[in-house]
Amino acid sequence: MLRRVLESLSLTDSFMWLTGGAIVAVIVVGSAATLSMGRYSGRHWFDFIIFGLAQGSIYALIALGYTMVYGILRMINFAHSEIFMSGPYTACYVAMALSRSGFLESQPILSLAVIFIVAMAVSTVIAVLLERIAYRPLRTAPRLVPLITAIGASFFLQYTFRGLYGSGFQAYPDIRMLQGAWLLGPLRILKIQVVVILAAALMMAGLYLFIQRTRIGKAIRAVSEDKEIAALMGIDVDGMIVRTFVIGGMSAGAAGVLYALMYRQVHFFMGFIPGIKAFTAAVLGGIGNIPGAMLGGVFLGLFESLGPNLFLDGLGVPSPNQLKDAIAFIMLVMVLIFRPTGILGERLAEKKA
Amino acid sequence: MEKPRFDWLQPVKIGLVGGAIGVFFALVGMVEAFSIRDIVDGIVSMGQMLMLISMTFTGYMAARRTTQPQHLWVLGSSLLAGLMFGGMVALLLIVGSLVNLRAVFINASPTLYELLAFGRGTQAGALLLLAEGVLVGVAAGLLYLLTGRFRQALVNALGWVVMAGVLQELLRITFGAWGPLAVINQWLFTGKGLSVPGAASLFVLVAGTTYFWSQTGSVLSNRLRRLPPGGQHTLRLVGILLLVLIVLALPQILGLYLSEVLTIVGVFALMGLGLNIVVGLAGMLDLGYVAFFAIGAYTMGALTSPELGFFSLSFWEALPFAVVAGVLAGVILGIPVLKMRGDYLAIVTLGFGEIVRILALSDFLRPWIGGAQGIAKIPKAIVGSIEFISPQQIYYLILVGCLLAGFISWRLKDSRLGRAWMAVREDEDVAAAMGINLVATKLLAFAGGAAFAALSGAIFASKLGSVYPHSFNVMISINVLCLIIVGGMGSITGVIVGAAALVGLPELLREFAEYRFLAYGAALVLMMLVRPAGLMPEATRRRELQEAETVEAEPEPAFGAPASP
Repeated sequence: MLRRVLESLSLTDSFMWLTGGAIVAVIVVGSAATLSMGRYSGRHWFDFIIFGLAQGSIYALIALGYTMVYGILRMINFAHSEIFMSGPYTACYVAMALSRSGFLESQPILSLAVIFIVAMAVSTVIAVLLERIAYRPLRTAPRLVPLITAIGASFFLQYTFRGLYGSGFQAYPDIRMLQGAWLLGPLRILKIQVVVILAAALMMAGLYLFIQRTRIGKAIRAVSEDKEIAALMGIDVDGMIVRTFVIGGMSAGAAGVLYALMYRQVHFFMGFIPGIKAFTAAVLGGIGNIPGAMLGGVFLGLFESLGPNLFLDGLGVPSPNQLKDAIAFIMLVMVLIFRPTGILGERLAEKKA
Repeated sequence: MEKPRFDWLQPVKIGLVGGAIGVFFALVGMVEAFSIRDIVDGIVSMGQMLMLISMTFTGYMAARRTTQPQHLWVLGSSLLAGLMFGGMVALLLIVGSLVNLRAVFINASPTLYELLAFGRGTQAGALLLLAEGVLVGVAAGLLYLLTGRFRQALVNALGWVVMAGVLQELLRITFGAWGPLAVINQWLFTGKGLSVPGAASLFVLVAGTTYFWSQTGSVLSNRLRRLPPGGQHTLRLVGILLLVLIVLALPQILGLYLSEVLTIVGVFALMGLGLNIVVGLAGMLDLGYVAFFAIGAYTMGALTSPELGFFSLSFWEALPFAVVAGVLAGVILGIPVLKMRGDYLAIVTLGFGEIVRILALSDFLRPWIGGAQGIAKIPKAIVGSIEFISPQQIYYLILVGCLLAGFISWRLKDSRLGRAWMAVREDEDVAAAMGINLVATKLLAFAGGAAFAALSGAIFASKLGSVYPHSFNVMISINVLCLIIVGGMGSITGVIVGAAALVGLPELLREFAEYRFLAYGAALVLMMLVRPAGLMPEATRRRELQEAETVEAEPEPAFGAPASP
């Protein structure tokens, strides 16, 4: 019996190593072929990288919510993608009103602040309500139960917003200040991408300091380390969990506005794919680990924007950009197989044991 | 001793929450959309019924939460809750008349306001709403104060009338197809809904029957239990025979359109039986289950369609290949996730589902599986000289598939493998320590689940005659997951009941398809909060969940209750 287990184990293991090897081979051969083909110049690659960084920093902001909630509750907040969607979708109407009144034109920075505040507030409210109604009563339930609840909540929220705002795409108003590009010698950088990268970096730095330096941050870390002992130390566990959802909601709302500014439209289903991607980013960096989520997000963004053209173009795959999402998911699977603790995620391995 | 005081805060809170739900229904558009159908013709529409029912429920909850049992207090708190509900909706009406809500909320249309205000304008409408709240609140309080038997009879009767109104299309078609029964149609239905005498007589009939049954039902079932074993056996046999006859005759009874609905229910039930093995028995949450359905359908399409011109096999020649492809895919996708648990597994399988859909849609595989245009001209199944074309014929094909899958899962459940699956579900480490081969057990679960899904997909492809990548999105996975959870994880009858309720009902209510996934999401959350074992729970599963609940130190106060004294 034991021998049979060993045999089948080695069989599955070798299957996985073979698959992994094949994927690495595709990446290496594809990259070499693409580079030797010389179809893309340095400028193209630069564009890809900047786009990847912008995209990745948005993923990183969303991933923070996943990773913090996972750290504290040991569950994937599946509805986080809807928290991400709800803020910018609602703020879109504020932005349109501002644009109609001409305020957006005359006071773009103030208007942007208003848009951000509205989006973050809405996302936060949704996140807190979700925790209160759906998750808190199930905190001691078997593991599958809150997960299924989260999936249900996710679809409920999606179709709620569809019912409220309609099923079509809603265009975000143009903000003149963020359009156009800067010229850096021969290179051209879109303003919006720079703004996204800077804003996301600023917010992440602030959040990191908040978690590391303040009392609340310390308490949150204590609760995610051990709920019972934290409670014994006089920490309000429920309160800290709510605060975690508040932080996750705020960063998701902000990420949502950045996303909407970049793609210039919102939709009730817009959270789904970025949500899975951000989760991938969180896993990639090591779930439960805040700097890991940031790193994972940026890495995933780069991988996704460079990947299709770099790996697949050289192999003669037609329209490789269609396979962008597939590449991200394959990477998720590969990371989970070969390094389930993620790039920085040593902490979780101890905890799981 | 201090005299107990009337606690007015509690009912106000409950009423506000209920009112928020009412406003939600209005703004999401359900009230307006549902009012195209009347429950009782010209008197109450489905949309108004939705409001009435939620109002009654709010009042009832407030009555139940009253701390003191005095009748007046109970009535007072249900009245207050009803008033709050009415007030919230009236507030919506007033705000809507002052501000153009439609700029944001697409459903805040004049029609909605008119419906909410009973067509009487803002001020009169608001007052009417308040009055309605008071009346319904008091009615709900009275309902609570009634003895159990009366309450049961009333609630049942009301439920039947509402169901008859909601499902009028189904009933009309069914009755209409049978000459003598058409009389019922004339009596029961008129215009857009039930006729007044029809609704009244249905109400009285159901109320009477329930009341009578609650008195004599237990006597009757006792008498049945005292029958000699032989007699019980024959009785059960007759029951089963009757069931088989009904199942066989169903498409003939129901006609073309409803048979089409039945075939869709069957396709989903078949998938549900498969996912039931993976999620219900082995406890692995698979959100990419649609991948196997797609693989079955695409294998069928690629092997049979003359359009692509590879093989042009017949349906029956291609069917085993489709199932084998499903099993292979199950194993191949299963191997990478062997070591993952719970949440990770869910998200990775979700990723797999998306990968399969993206690949099906891509130009990359276009020469083989048709890309965005899919595959057309998939032949129908042929047995002897009969070609399965109409839904009434395909029903039997799917029925055979479902019976086969049902039989296999029924036999597997208590087998060595089935028990191993359940052991893995409960605790992987302990199961491994008990000598269960985790790798083989999990892979067999994936393979088995995938086989059923592929079979379902193959039949689906032949039924439609074509496959498109857009038919295989994540919503299918969620749909199947939802039906096994609502039906009761691990239970075979649960899957059938779940499929009928969650697939059949929305198919019958096509005009409200927009709210299908809203209802699904709400159903998943509510089910997990209120009844995690499902409608038709499996015995062991129910026991486990109950145990898990009793472990909980203190029951959480429900939503709307104060957090701490």
